[in-house]
Amino acid sequence: MRHPGDPILAMSLRPRRTWRTVKSAAMSMMMLAAFVIIAMPLAAIVWSLVAKGASVAFAHFPDFFTKTIPMVERRPGPGMGPAILGTMLVTGGATLIAVPLGILGAVYLHEYGVQSRFARLVRFMAMVMTGVPSIVMGLFVYVVWTMRFGYSAFGGALGLACLMLPVVIGSTETMLRLVPNQMREASYALGATKARTILTVVLPAAAPGIVSGALLAVARAAGETAPLLFALGAATSYNPHFFEQANTALSVQIFGNATSSFVAAQDRAWGAALALVLLTFLVTLAARVFTARFKR
Amino acid sequence: MELYDDERDRSSTPAVSVRVSSSDVATDPVPPVFELEKLEVHYGSFRAVRDVTLGIREHEITAFIGPSGCGKTTVLRCLNRMNDLIPGARVGGKLTFHGIDLYSPEVSATEVRRRIGMVFQKPNPFPKSIYDNIAFGPRINGVSDRSKLDEIVERSLRGAALWDEVKDRLHASALGMSGGQQQRLCIARTIAVEPEVVLMDEPCSALDPIATARIEELMRELKKTFTIVIVTHNMQQAARCSDRTAFFTAELDEKSEQRTGLLVEYDATARIFSNPRDERTENYITGRFG
Repeated sequence: MRHPGDPILAMSLRPRRTWRTVKSAAMSMMMLAAFVIIAMPLAAIVWSLVAKGASVAFAHFPDFFTKTIPMVERRPGPGMGPAILGTMLVTGGATLIAVPLGILGAVYLHEYGVQSRFARLVRFMAMVMTGVPSIVMGLFVYVVWTMRFGYSAFGGALGLACLMLPVVIGSTETMLRLVPNQMREASYALGATKARTILTVVLPAAAPGIVSGALLAVARAAGETAPLLFALGAATSYNPHFFEQANTALSVQIFGNATSSFVAAQDRAWGAALALVLLTFLVTLAARVFTARFKR
Repeated sequence: MELYDDERDRSSTPAVSVRVSSSDVATDPVPPVFELEKLEVHYGSFRAVRDVTLGIREHEITAFIGPSGCGKTTVLRCLNRMNDLIPGARVGGKLTFHGIDLYSPEVSATEVRRRIGMVFQKPNPFPKSIYDNIAFGPRINGVSDRSKLDEIVERSLRGAALWDEVKDRLHASALGMSGGQQQRLCIARTIAVEPEVVLMDEPCSALDPIATARIEELMRELKKTFTIVIVTHNMQQAARCSDRTAFFTAELDEKSEQRTGLLVEYDATARIFSNPRDERTENYITGRFG
């Protein structure tokens, strides 16, 4: 029997420096280093955005967010209002097209088609569609829509929807897969039909995940430029009409202004970039708050 | 019975409680709720169970016992057509519910499940509030009146001996309850649709002894209103609370090297546990295998 505080026992219980503890420390250091390396570009992006964009965007608040875009590139002065509205129109329209279609498609794939030949074909096509470069999607929309009906926000929305659709299908199907089968069985055992089970049990259970998946697609689409270059045209004033006339978007404005040789235009590009990041951040935040409330 | 999709006539309910005068103790004085005759179940080309012949009687607790893989859960899931959900599952032989063939093309699985409820091995409450869990069944049956739903929720929770524990937090998430409470919630959810039969698939296997005792006590209470069929791995549980016990086992088929379950013996629980007819039953009961 040892007496309390036995010095020999206390010594033997001290941590020992072995090869294993050295390896552990080395690995922890490497992971920390990896994190720093990943975080650095992110910090650099945010820093240069705020440093170069904030002075432009918030100079005569809220002028930059409301005024129209100067017709002449080299003229200094604020105004990205039409582009902000355009981005919201185009992204909102694309979301309205792609999210319901994508969710319905995923419900078909996971709950009805499962491993049938048709479902496997659709799943494969969606996967192929994920890999189509956005410029090709833009070209496609240009040929089937813009060449016939002219520039409009709808054309841009169509292009973005094509890019979002496979992402929404994929993420929704993953979320449906995560709903435990016991949940479906519980519903069936109470005499619920399949449609009822999907609507009242499966989809609500998967809702938070479906929303975040859709959101990721929205955020990606909001910054997409290539399909919009073809479909939107170049407006400098507000165009609230979804189906007619040329429109513009923040991403298009960033591209146009940043490649300009005039300082005033380059400044506007930084301001537009900051505005775009803020916009997607706000949408993400709103959706997070929404899903948090949904989960209770 | 309203099992037929197209049948609206409710007057054709068979008289269940007519007593048949008989001096033979072995024959049932009351026609059984379920009659299974040479029932067999295939999953694709695999035969999971064969030769199950038994009758399940009203207001009794019938226990299915046997080693793993003997098909007792498979047979249980036939009784409310839950096996329909498994791709490739086929049911052969005869299975009637009050004399109606459950697998007739004129019988809707959905209607069957409204009358024959099921409690699963793992408590599976919906990720909704306690109230919405119970109200789910009545709602899909078209009850939308708030006061009526309130009444059903209270009655069902009382029936599952859960009311006093949760009456102050009916709108809290069901996922915040303990395992035993969740299982009683699932029982309450099942009885909320007022089924005739409650099937229980190892309802206590995920619970501690105290929660198990509460569920068993509850089962004895519920059998006054419902007919109960329970699958259990726990022989003491079968001995403690069932009226009749069916012992299943699995046999290896030499040719196909597949294990197929079959019914060995079905009798009053007291007899199965004191004086079984079959040697295999005795070996299992006394712990020599399984």
